[in-house]
Amino acid sequence: MPIKSYLAHAIKGKKEELMKALVSLDQCEVVPAENQDILALVTDTPNEKEEEILKEKIEAISSLKLLSLVSGFNTPQN
Amino acid sequence: MYKSVTNRRSFIKKMAMLSAMTAAASMFPGILFASEQEKGIPKDANLDWKKGPCRFCGVGCGILVGTENGKAVAVKGDPNCSVNKGLLCVKGYHQIMCIQSKDRLTHALVKKNGRYVQTPLDEALDIVANKMKETIAKHGKDSVAMYTSGQSTIPEGYVASKLMKGAIGTNNLDCNARLCMASAVTGFLTSFGADEPMGCYEDIDYADYFITWGNNMAEMHPVLFSRMLEQKSRRGAKIIDFATRTTRSSTASDRSILFEPQTDLAVANAICYEIIKNGWVNKSFVEKHCNFSKGLTNIGYGLEDKFNFTDKPEKIDFEAYKEFLKDYSPEKVSKYSKVSVKDIKYLASIYGNPNKKVVSYWCMGMNQHTRGTWINNLVYNIHLLTGKISQPGNGPFSLTGQPSACGTAREVGTFTHKLPHGVVMNKKDREMAAKIWKVPVERIPSKPTYHATEMFRAVDRGDIKFIWTQVTNPLVSLPKTGRYRPAMEKKSCFVVVSDVFPTPTSDVADVILPASWHIEKGGLYGNSERRTQHWDKMVEGPGETTPDAWMTIEVAKRMGYGDLFPYSKENHVEEIYNEYKQFHEGAKHGMAPLEVLKKESGVIWPYVNGKSTQWRFNAKYDPACSNGEDFHFYGKPDGKAVIWQRPFEEAPEKPDKEYPFWLNTGRVVEHWHTGSMTRRIPILHQAMPNAYVEFHPDDAKSLGIRNGENIKVTSRRGSCILPASINERGLPTKGQVFVPFFDENMLINDVTLDAFCPISKEPDYKKCAVKVERV
Ligand code: SF4
Repeated sequence: MPIKSYLAHAIKGKKEELMKALVSLDQCEVVPAENQDILALVTDTPNEKEEEILKEKIEAISSLKLLSLVSGFNTPQN
Repeated sequence: MYKSVTNRRSFIKKMAMLSAMTAAASMFPGILFASEQEKGIPKDANLDWKKGPCRFCGVGCGILVGTENGKAVAVKGDPNCSVNKGLLCVKGYHQIMCIQSKDRLTHALVKKNGRYVQTPLDEALDIVANKMKETIAKHGKDSVAMYTSGQSTIPEGYVASKLMKGAIGTNNLDCNARLCMASAVTGFLTSFGADEPMGCYEDIDYADYFITWGNNMAEMHPVLFSRMLEQKSRRGAKIIDFATRTTRSSTASDRSILFEPQTDLAVANAICYEIIKNGWVNKSFVEKHCNFSKGLTNIGYGLEDKFNFTDKPEKIDFEAYKEFLKDYSPEKVSKYSKVSVKDIKYLASIYGNPNKKVVSYWCMGMNQHTRGTWINNLVYNIHLLTGKISQPGNGPFSLTGQPSACGTAREVGTFTHKLPHGVVMNKKDREMAAKIWKVPVERIPSKPTYHATEMFRAVDRGDIKFIWTQVTNPLVSLPKTGRYRPAMEKKSCFVVVSDVFPTPTSDVADVILPASWHIEKGGLYGNSERRTQHWDKMVEGPGETTPDAWMTIEVAKRMGYGDLFPYSKENHVEEIYNEYKQFHEGAKHGMAPLEVLKKESGVIWPYVNGKSTQWRFNAKYDPACSNGEDFHFYGKPDGKAVIWQRPFEEAPEKPDKEYPFWLNTGRVVEHWHTGSMTRRIPILHQAMPNAYVEFHPDDAKSLGIRNGENIKVTSRRGSCILPASINERGLPTKGQVFVPFFDENMLINDVTLDAFCPISKEPDYKKCAVKVERV
């Protein structure tokens, strides 16, 4: 049950676009910075495999410039 | 079971989000996530939102605290507060997380046979009052002292001053703002005769240039810095960072100019030299509104106990000043400041351009300086020579570190020489205090006694036999703690510490009093821009925690001064404010009535006829101007500001063969001062768990030092072991190391020097000589 946090750097001026794309993915929670092209992103997936698939989907978003991992947590299944 | 796992999961998600945002805050200066707290608030939550100021810095952002069932559960920026317009920095929106900390001081503790014993508060206050009375009876009133804070509320500072100066009759009251703002005060008083900035934060919306003097605003004043960045991207305003170390602020600025420690004095003079040489002086402004003066030189460093200094100002003329500046041509100054001639001329050309508006910002870099008063004067000189002062977007602006360094320490006057209005040396000011306090005027002594450093030296010498500290942690924050820790442990002095959490200072206390945290009591603060901010109590504190003001009042009553402290427990904040307000009546410092403060998210003084004065000394905005001219520096008897002739003088201790590095100390964005609160906020603690010693990569390479390796930093006074940090948060210049002071497990102030500015008595934490070794 991985929970990971990332900083998603948007291509200049495309923060809104990136926000929309990320929010449309079920397993993502996003908080945009007010004054930078950056979004704080938390992903919540059932297992590492799903996490990998999700990460690939995120990295394919065209308004994303860079995705950097900040922290990873593993929690017990409920 | 299911529920608890879900809760844990949502908690972890929240932590994950917070760590992403905290990481962003340390990577991108001024980054803000305004919607975060609101996202965390359940949609159906029925929160009661109460307004107040942030607890964690002098910017004074407005916060809204959401409470539910008597508990504070959320913080968001107050959109009605013009300081931050709804934004908060990483410290701001995590602030309430510390109050639930497990090791909170909830009851009074009294040391008995070397052990702390939980004691009913009433009994502990009896002990404090009896001890104070007994000490005064035996050793005289100057044997007892109080040391308070720029984080004390206005009522807390006021009753401390009234107890010490009005009731007991001793000037043994000083505060930790001596360590951060005293040079700003003496700078203002010597140049303008009136304390605190003439402008306000709205200057940010108008300035073309922001020049920061030794001021890492991205980390220390993050919300203001984000406002500057916004103007940079919106209007093309420029930020020039003039500093001794490359920081997050430097990298976000348009230009970073580095100088050799202490030579800011010379560079400021060189800027004035260029302004005069190029004919950029605003002649009519200077002729109408300025005098020229010089003071004593070679004024010492206060390294010896009982050091004394009084300046002897002498009027000079413009020609004499011009002659003096001949020693400060850019070519001469460039040689020892390591600032290129081109950069000095560039800085001068910004100030000298009549079509550009310039704000200078500074904080600890200029204030914590053995010539702190002088460097404040010198930056004022630049603004006075060019007439760029007291207008929207034009002015010198001294920022504060603590949330009420202005409101409490400076305005209430919790310094040895101060009264709520004016100074103890002035008969009229003593008479005013005696009248409002209803005490005989003879009771208020006319001579200041101990400033902060000298107060702890007096504890060490055995001259002070009782000390009560409130809202401060001097055994982490004083310079040269290696002397003052054993001093406070001596049996000759009875130590009372009021605090929210245990600290290295409470570790040496005879009595520990459990204080309320700021939202657990009502109060008022005053921020950097003369904004007075009121808040009501929002939640109950745990156990017997009590507001410091009320504990002071209780002790005063027990000492027999009850008639001077006729306040009620429920309404003491209001009653005290209304009494205090009388000290500042009039157009020059009138303070807003309580009803207005209760409604508004802070109000700037002078508050005259229902209106704040945003730019003082400018007749267009300031009703106190009465000379019929555009500007009136009414703090001085002749209405003129002073341009000071102040030379460059060396630091008291410089790197040499044995101790080859400069040591610079300071703060980081994640932690508030000595870390006693922010290190108890898990996310901030995780983001910055310990202090470190920062190296220039070339120095690290030549010494064979690797990142993370333990390094012993040693001065002539003491040493401290910390992990090395290379190319991480900041980049010191070659030959300099930097250490943040928030970490009580790595006490860098055992290493620093207790030299101070002879005029302000503010210590210099930015410069001493050290050696470094791998351990
Ligand atoms: S900038 Fe200062 S006052 Fe504003 S939220 Fe941050 S710590 Fe609080």
